Amino acid sequence: MSNQANTSDIQFRQASVEYNFGFLDEYAKKEVRRSVLKAIAIPGYQVPYSSREMPMGRGFGTGGLQLTLSLIGKQDTLKVIDQGSDDSVNAVNLRSFIEMTCPGIDTTTKVSEANLIQSRHRIPEQALREDQVLVLQVPYPDALVVVEPSEDKRKIMHGEADYSRLLVKLYEDIVKFDEITISHRYPTRINRHYVIDSSPIPRWDVPKMNDSRALILLGAGREKKIYAVPPYTLAEPLEFDDVPFRVESFDDETDKRRTCHRCGCDHSFLDEFVDAISGEKLYQCSDSDYCDEQLKARSVKQGLEG
Amino acid sequence: MSNEKVLEVRNLSKVYGKGCAKCFESTGPEHNTNICPHCGSIVAAHDISFDLYKGEILGIMGESGSGKSTSVKNLFFDEIPTSGQATFFDDGKQYDLFSLNAQQKRHLRNHRFGMVYQNPVLGLNFNVSAGGNIAERLLMSNLTNYSEIRARAIELLRRTEVLTERMDEMPKNFSGGMQQRVQIAKALATNPPLLFLDEVTTGLDLSVQAAILDLIMEIQRESQTAMIVVTHDLGVIRLLAGRTIVMKYGRIIETGLTDQILEDPQDAYTQRLVASAL
Repeated sequence: MSNQANTSDIQFRQASVEYNFGFLDEYAKKEVRRSVLKAIAIPGYQVPYSSREMPMGRGFGTGGLQLTLSLIGKQDTLKVIDQGSDDSVNAVNLRSFIEMTCPGIDTTTKVSEANLIQSRHRIPEQALREDQVLVLQVPYPDALVVVEPSEDKRKIMHGEADYSRLLVKLYEDIVKFDEITISHRYPTRINRHYVIDSSPIPRWDVPKMNDSRALILLGAGREKKIYAVPPYTLAEPLEFDDVPFRVESFDDETDKRRTCHRCGCDHSFLDEFVDAISGEKLYQCSDSDYCDEQLKARSVKQGLEG
Repeated sequence: MSNEKVLEVRNLSKVYGKGCAKCFESTGPEHNTNICPHCGSIVAAHDISFDLYKGEILGIMGESGSGKSTSVKNLFFDEIPTSGQATFFDDGKQYDLFSLNAQQKRHLRNHRFGMVYQNPVLGLNFNVSAGGNIAERLLMSNLTNYSEIRARAIELLRRTEVLTERMDEMPKNFSGGMQQRVQIAKALATNPPLLFLDEVTTGLDLSVQAAILDLIMEIQRESQTAMIVVTHDLGVIRLLAGRTIVMKYGRIIETGLTDQILEDPQDAYTQRLVASAL
């Protein structure tokens, strides 16, 4: 055991010596930062950048990772989330890769302690602050890709804010299913012009982008695009005047709000899973850090009462 | 018909290819070709000038390759003309069509113009339902209320005699005549003051043709829509158009009242055309 720990420790130190801080070379970082500035200056506009090869497959969060590595400094505290959890394989691997290549940084699982948060699928339940930056990993940056295969034409459509065909898709959804069936990647209009693909975050998280206190950066490594929702910027999901946007409902058959079976929370985004032994359907907070916090708060309260 | 001018076209030309100084003098009906012998460019249309008034239907007639569709496509911004001017008069405003920027062009195309193509594939989106196609045009004109869009689509389809029960079906399930009606409904969605009809009845059977022509006349009567009808069918011209332009090898060879042209054609080509059909 101790021997194994030793080897990995040596590898760890070697890696941090042989690679530049943050794995990327300074020119690459500079380019990403410049693209970030442009993305913030033109909210919602997809800034093309020369996405670098990373030591992991494209589509595994390389866009988010390049943003994080370009922004992080020794004084920063990082949190990495995947599917709402800090402990899933992808989150653990990304975190240890960043720890390895950025010696001196702090990592945490607590939203309140982090100033840089890289995430896939979720925006934390706990409201973010002005001093925090949220980096989202994006598989498909262009919301128009579902209606227009040619990127040339999509660029013109974005430039002219021509999103009628996207709205036709919503219209067809309502005709066929009486509601809008997009569950994630909900097209969202930023600052009244560009419509973005909101990464694979569920509809639940879309309202959190509106007027957000934290800067939200979105990076697509495979598609080589960076875009941003700057703080205090309008982010409106596409909708019809008389068919408004709605978030997911977690009501059960009796119209009662389901609660997290672990912490009892009744206002968070829930994951459904089936208990392997009893076969029973269980619901649990998707944001694991938030669930822990709620659990702690509850036990403190119970402790006080008891 | 009134004296209110809707469209004024002056010296419109469209050349495919690099073009040369001798293109225009060596093509046209007197040379029996529209391919320039010096540089090989195709002079699809040259020196096209005409006026269109409110509520008027102008026919453009000619054999295939005579430049009639090209002229209309240039006006609808499907193609960019080589030279010439076109002014669109709308609500007391004037638009110099060929000097507008892309967004202004798109605005006019979506709000003030309507186009019905010979092939419904060009005018309809076959990936969305008939209702969705009309919704698309309404959404382009910034109507964002679902029930209003729905109501308007039903109204338009009823007017063009498409069964409203079938509005949520895909256009590919429809017959050719029905597809054409949906296309007309889509073109009419924003009540455009100017409508382009490019060979709308070609390829449809006679009874369907008659019904569609009836519909077009009804629209003209009710909405005073100005229309340009491109066709090689003399019957369509006789029925619809008040004035007619005859084109050959990219040039206008004769223009006048439809009756005059059909009863007393002046140009030898028109005489032959009329004689062969009647």
